[in-house]
Amino acid sequence: MSGASGFRTRLVALTRKEVRQLLRDRSNLFVGLLLPLALILLFGYGLSFDVKDAPVAIVLEDRSPTAQEAIAGIGGSPYLVPVWPASMAEAVVLMRAKKVEAIVRVPVDFSQRRGAGDARIQLIVNGADATTASSIEGYVNGAIQTPSRHAADRSGGPSGGGVTLVQRTWFNEAGNSTWYLVPGLLVLVMTLIGAFLTSLLIAREWERGTLESLFVTPVRPIELVLSKLAPYLVIGAIDMSVCLISARFLFEVPIRGSLVVIIIASLLYLIVALLLGLFISGATRNQFAASQMALLASFMPAMMLSGFVFDLRNVPVVIQVISQLLPATHFMELVKSLFLAGTIWPMVLKDCAILTLYAVLLAFLTGRMLRKRLD
Amino acid sequence: MSEADASVVIEGLRKRFEAPDGKPFDAIDDISLTVRAGELTAFVGPDGAGKTTLMRMMAGLLRPDDGSLQVLGIDVRADPQAVQNRISYMPQRFGLYEDLSVQENLDLYADLHGVPQEVRRERFGRMLEMTDMARFTDRPAGKLSGGMKQKLGLACTLVRSPDLLLLDEPSVGVDPLSRRDLWKILDQLIADEQLSVIVSTAYMDEAERCAQIFVLNRGKVLADDAPDTLREKADGLTYVADALPDAPARTLQARLIDAPDRIVDAVPKGGDVHFIRRPECEEAALGDLLSGTRFEPREAKLEDAFMLLLREHEGEAASGNDMATADLPPSGEKEAGRSGNDQEAPAIVVRDLVRKFGDFTAVASTSFDVRRGEIFGLLGPNGAGKTTTFRMLCGLLPATSGHLEVAGLDLRTARAKARGRIGYVSQKFALYGNLSVRENLEFFAGAYGLRGAHARERVKAVIAQFTLDQAAQSGILPVGYKQRLAMAAGLLHEPDILFLDEPTSGIDPLARRAFWRTITSLAQAGVTVIVTTHFMEEAEYCDRIAIQDAGEMLALGTPAEVRAQAGETASDMNEAFIAIVEQGRARHTDKKAAA
Repeated sequence: MSGASGFRTRLVALTRKEVRQLLRDRSNLFVGLLLPLALILLFGYGLSFDVKDAPVAIVLEDRSPTAQEAIAGIGGSPYLVPVWPASMAEAVVLMRAKKVEAIVRVPVDFSQRRGAGDARIQLIVNGADATTASSIEGYVNGAIQTPSRHAADRSGGPSGGGVTLVQRTWFNEAGNSTWYLVPGLLVLVMTLIGAFLTSLLIAREWERGTLESLFVTPVRPIELVLSKLAPYLVIGAIDMSVCLISARFLFEVPIRGSLVVIIIASLLYLIVALLLGLFISGATRNQFAASQMALLASFMPAMMLSGFVFDLRNVPVVIQVISQLLPATHFMELVKSLFLAGTIWPMVLKDCAILTLYAVLLAFLTGRMLRKRLD
Repeated sequence: MSEADASVVIEGLRKRFEAPDGKPFDAIDDISLTVRAGELTAFVGPDGAGKTTLMRMMAGLLRPDDGSLQVLGIDVRADPQAVQNRISYMPQRFGLYEDLSVQENLDLYADLHGVPQEVRRERFGRMLEMTDMARFTDRPAGKLSGGMKQKLGLACTLVRSPDLLLLDEPSVGVDPLSRRDLWKILDQLIADEQLSVIVSTAYMDEAERCAQIFVLNRGKVLADDAPDTLREKADGLTYVADALPDAPARTLQARLIDAPDRIVDAVPKGGDVHFIRRPECEEAALGDLLSGTRFEPREAKLEDAFMLLLREHEGEAASGNDMATADLPPSGEKEAGRSGNDQEAPAIVVRDLVRKFGDFTAVASTSFDVRRGEIFGLLGPNGAGKTTTFRMLCGLLPATSGHLEVAGLDLRTARAKARGRIGYVSQKFALYGNLSVRENLEFFAGAYGLRGAHARERVKAVIAQFTLDQAAQSGILPVGYKQRLAMAAGLLHEPDILFLDEPTSGIDPLARRAFWRTITSLAQAGVTVIVTTHFMEEAEYCDRIAIQDAGEMLALGTPAEVRAQAGETASDMNEAFIAIVEQGRARHTDKKAAA
């Protein structure tokens, strides 16, 4: 038999074996197909930094129409729900009991001072959760200023000091955190599928002693690596489609860059993740250790250090260096800009080159792990 | 020698490993040998002899540290793949894919070896027929019995006819019937295809089939000859002696084995004791040791020569092979009040015991008694129901129906109390590898509910009894010592009955002698011992044995009675066992045919 046809026969035989094992092991399929779905729903719906229907206590110590009008916007805001305690003391009790997120206090002399152009409203927010607090601050500000601007428009003169700050957010105009998180989810799911599932493959063969028998055949290490890659590449591609479809249609995240580039980059990253899992599996030769390592070395850093949630510019230099070493960081950067900003070619080329480099390096290392030796 | 004559040429080969305690040791210590092509060659040796390491180096899986190694004329170190393309290798534990079916496993290996489709059809048909597995091609490999798995492993190894076949202990942990089947397949292939085969084994009857035998111990080749030439080494040193009056053969055997200055080896056999004297000890000096019982020379066997070589080498290497005899009662005494005990209530009463798993009957209506102080052997092929019976006796598994009494307690009503009276040593010694010997024993003492001074006293007692090193880490002990530790743990609470599940599987002959020496003295001290084993010659140590197959009790009695039941053709326990199981299976088939 010629070398090339032997290669093909063996590769097909090994791949068929891997597919059969994959299909017969329910737990693997569960992790491969259902877990990503659970992750998408969990992160897509459960993890959100947006404030919605936050209860705000309004203490009206001045009950004049002017005061009523000033805070009318709060009732109309989709983000805030007004609560009406009788006194400041009562409002404080509510705040302490965490029944309200903020207190808006309109003092007794509000109408008087407004006439003088020096009206003040006190806003107290719960600083325990800084993100929520600053969101609420923004919403309350907006809700109170809108009617006063309207009033100014009506009177035809400039209101306040005459300078109005007009804010504008780019790329994620609504400031919607789902837009920001869902593209990152693609990275997380690819990492989980890639590293976690494959981390068991070689270790299992070591544990069951199947590799020793397999080694003393004409099999080459590269054939073992490729046959273990192929079935999981298909699983990963299915998960990628689920991610993209749910991002576009379930969470309505815009895809501004090229879909083809997203798919190519994702497949590239998937290969890196799969190889990382295989490498860990071959290095540990133990299923339990391999799966723990895979979680620690790929999934956790991808979640914490890749810029999925936290902006990497704000972390210490050491962490920045570590994060730059992670393939996930580069894919995260790429995928977020592809979704929300568009196809920026220099970035696409740079990140794809880095991912390719990782793929080649890991393929080489994994092949070495499978060089047919027991010592 | 040219390639045509020699399949393997080894010169000055060395392989060093790091021992569990961190010290380096030579697993293969400067070996030179030549294996002739077209023959069946055996590597024989105890655990740690280096058999597996040597096999793996020949298969290109381990890199030699020193020396040269040529397989089929190819330097393995330079081009392992070229060797792997031409040989077939069956590791000790053949890695079947348990979630793939029998057929899928065969297909995979045929594809990997590039066996053409037209050759394959003929070859598979023959393999499946020889292994008697044609009916099971769709069954997942994981659902086969131990013996079947081994046969499938052999079939996968032999999907094509290799230039050299390496078999690493193919029959370890396999029952005598499956073992015989394995050899039938090998014999047939060797005859048909003139295969060159190297097999490593612990069984002498397997070595005897080979044209050439290499005896290995501690990384050295002790001898290298044809079986007949090897056997001659023991000529004139071997004897058979009658058992002492009113005592089982093992009593005399124990006494002989306790005299290593005069005796090389002794085993009970067919109610007599077979022993080998040391060459330097005159025959006349044996009289007092045998206290006048009749003994006569017998023909030397391969095993005798093997034991002789092994003891000589062990004597040179180290005198550290102590036999755990420190605190054993002297073996010459009559067994503690045996005759009186016979009238007492039996230690175990089993009546109409049945255990079903769904539709499957694992144990069918079984009845027997075990007397106090008796050694009772439970034998049977893989999947015969031994383990199930065993677990029910230990109270680990409830019986479906029937009556079960252990130490006078009904297991249905007083299971916890009964458990306090029994000790159990499982097949895989359940010890904590990273604890010291002492810590393990202290843990088990606590688990058995021993406290304070009494617990300390018992731990001290068993450490002395089994000559254990209390500070040693359990995980890195040699197998023989691990097994002693497991026994020590099982005896902490001074049980009346000790259950041992395949205690000698995977243990070399020397360690096995030591093990049975301990069992003999336990029985003398009045402990009832129930043991399962795959080594039929070990049945000779038992007072009575039971043979089970397919859940049914086929034979029950003393070893002599069981041999008699097997009929004239059975010369030893192994053959008796095979005969009885086959008779049982034939009856079963007849019954089915009649129905």
